[in-house]
Amino acid sequence: MNIVVPIKLVPDLVEELEINDEGTDLERDFLSYKINEFCDHAIEEALQLKEAHGGTVTVIGVERDETDKALFTALAKGADKAIKITELDEAAPTHVVAKAVCNVLAGMEYDIVMTGVQAADDRDGQLGVLLGSYLGIPHVSVVSDVSIDGDTIALHKEYAGGVMARYEVASKVVLGVQAARQTPRYAPVSRVRQIMKEMEIEEVEAADADVAIGSTLRRVYTPEKGEGAEMIEGSAEDIAGKIAAVINEKRGG
Amino acid sequence: MSQDILVVAEHLNGAIADVTYEMLGKGKELASATGGALICAVLGSGVDPSSLGCADKILNVDHPGLADFNPEAHSTVLSSVVTTAAPRLTLVANTSMGMDLAASLSVKNDLPLVAYGLNVAIEDGKVIATSQLYGGKICAESELEGDSVIVSVLAGSFPAAAGRMDGSPAVETVEAPAAVTDTRLRFTGLIEPEAGDVDITQQDILVGVGRGIGSDEHLPMMEQLAKALGGTVAASRPIVDNKWLPKTRQVGKSGLKVTPKIYVALGISGAPEHIEGMKDAELIVAINTDETAPIFEFAHYGTTEDLFDVVPALIEKLT
Ligand SMILES: Cc1cc2nc3c(=O)[nH]c(=O)nc-3n(C[C@H](O)[C@H](O)[C@H](O)COP(=O)(O)OP(=O)(O)OC[C@H]3O[C@@H](n4cnc5c(N)ncnc54)[C@H](O)[C@@H]3O)c2cc1C
Ligand SMILES: Nc1ncnc2c1ncn2[C@@H]1O[C@H](COP(=O)(O)O)[C@@H](O)[C@H]1O
Repeated sequence: MNIVVPIKLVPDLVEELEINDEGTDLERDFLSYKINEFCDHAIEEALQLKEAHGGTVTVIGVERDETDKALFTALAKGADKAIKITELDEAAPTHVVAKAVCNVLAGMEYDIVMTGVQAADDRDGQLGVLLGSYLGIPHVSVVSDVSIDGDTIALHKEYAGGVMARYEVASKVVLGVQAARQTPRYAPVSRVRQIMKEMEIEEVEAADADVAIGSTLRRVYTPEKGEGAEMIEGSAEDIAGKIAAVINEKRGG
Repeated sequence: MSQDILVVAEHLNGAIADVTYEMLGKGKELASATGGALICAVLGSGVDPSSLGCADKILNVDHPGLADFNPEAHSTVLSSVVTTAAPRLTLVANTSMGMDLAASLSVKNDLPLVAYGLNVAIEDGKVIATSQLYGGKICAESELEGDSVIVSVLAGSFPAAAGRMDGSPAVETVEAPAAVTDTRLRFTGLIEPEAGDVDITQQDILVGVGRGIGSDEHLPMMEQLAKALGGTVAASRPIVDNKWLPKTRQVGKSGLKVTPKIYVALGISGAPEHIEGMKDAELIVAINTDETAPIFEFAHYGTTEDLFDVVPALIEKLT
């Protein structure tokens, strides 16, 4: 089967996020971007299926900082083809990106689209579900354990408490991947460099997508801290002592 | 323009999910302010509506094809329900099921959607939604345009008690469209979690470990701390995805909800999906080198010292 994986670059959440002076967006100049972790899982699951059943894996990214690197990394891991969508505003809402990805898919042969289940940086819905709805094909979010048997794709959808639902589908489908069956593989930098010399990224201009998302962002802010934690300072020894004390008090009481 | 608020009920195995009551409680507040009715849409088969008394009206789409959640069937039905009811605002849970419904409703009915809703208000006739983004580090306030809009709501945002009301609201039966039975996507069964491991929901003391522990080589140290505390090791999702610990140890949205007396969070950032599962612990102590980690907003005590320095010292103090 031919699998397409749209990938997204998102700000690294381990770093401090600052808000611009107008309070309308993050201060983006100093942000570092990395691939959304759920996209990494989608790539891994797609490669696992390809390795077991043949077919191809194509990755698609929207042009921005780090997109080339992420696409080449996916190629280095074993993807067959990479496409970069150009001429699309970096801040385009997900509905607009979904339309652009639809346009790219229209010229391709594919069986499964695997997106990451969600990304932490947008507010207008998850691309996978939007894509499935625009394309008129089924979509399932929070997916793991995808398997293929002939023409049939089977998968799990996760609910709370470790309960899962099983589904089967024998048509094109969009899956929002939560977790691959194994930890996403790693591509050594040397391998990525080599791939950059050997392979090329295909570029496709985004057609004008006339989608009004119908919402405007008024304000971005860091959540008001409630009581917050009482922060314990000092040497590791002192800190351990204080933590032991509060725990012992709680255990005793 | 209709001022009605429509809440999409979520249920699994016949049990209504708490987030439904949360949305009903909030929906009631909004509906009474705007003078609209609170409508609850139930898409299922044989779901007992008697706990949905908070709603003024129930739109009951009862069909065997809707007995188990099917993103294709349910989104088709929801689209037609919303077309007919034409509510001012549709509230959908931002859960595994709701994710498949909200965004597809937005496309099918061409309605604006704001996801990850922590709050929703109607101010001067405008629907305002606050989303929780960037792993809980940032909030974004949006204004939704148009007569009918969708907000998907994060579980745990509103008190469920406000919407849990017995009663006998008017039940209007809605015919399911024929499409319900001939979906391409087929539900083939539910898988219940394996039992056998410790039940972390029954533990008084949990040591929650996250990606900050770096490697499974460090798990024995965390086990040792748990032992010193008389507790058990639990984990965030990446630890379980890495197969370092079984799924039965996962705390959070797609794991288990725990309410221990003591929860020690080690190298856990406090993403909303994790917080959902442990925020009601009586005492939360967090160790995380990132001072801006959201876990510190929920913890009672915290430190930004390296966990590998604090944990050994703590084990020593406790043994
Ligand atoms: C639909 C859905 C459902 C989900 N369900 C769940 C769920 O049930 N449970 C869950 O946990 N997650 C769930 N997630 C994932 C969630 O979004 C986060 O990705 C996850 O909780 C992050 O885990 P973490 O805190 O361990 O890792 P990270 O966010 O990577 O945080 C690691 C932290 O460790 C700190 N750290 C690193 N080194 C050290 C050190 N030496 N000392 C101290 N601190 C250190 C870092 O500062 C960082 O804050 C779900 C996601 C989705 C989309
Ligand atoms: N701009 C984008 N380019 C490519 N893929 C995207 C983009 N935005 C979202 N996606 C895909 O959709 C998933 C969920 O992201 P989101 O829709 O932002 O919640 C990501 O993991 C990607 O697989």
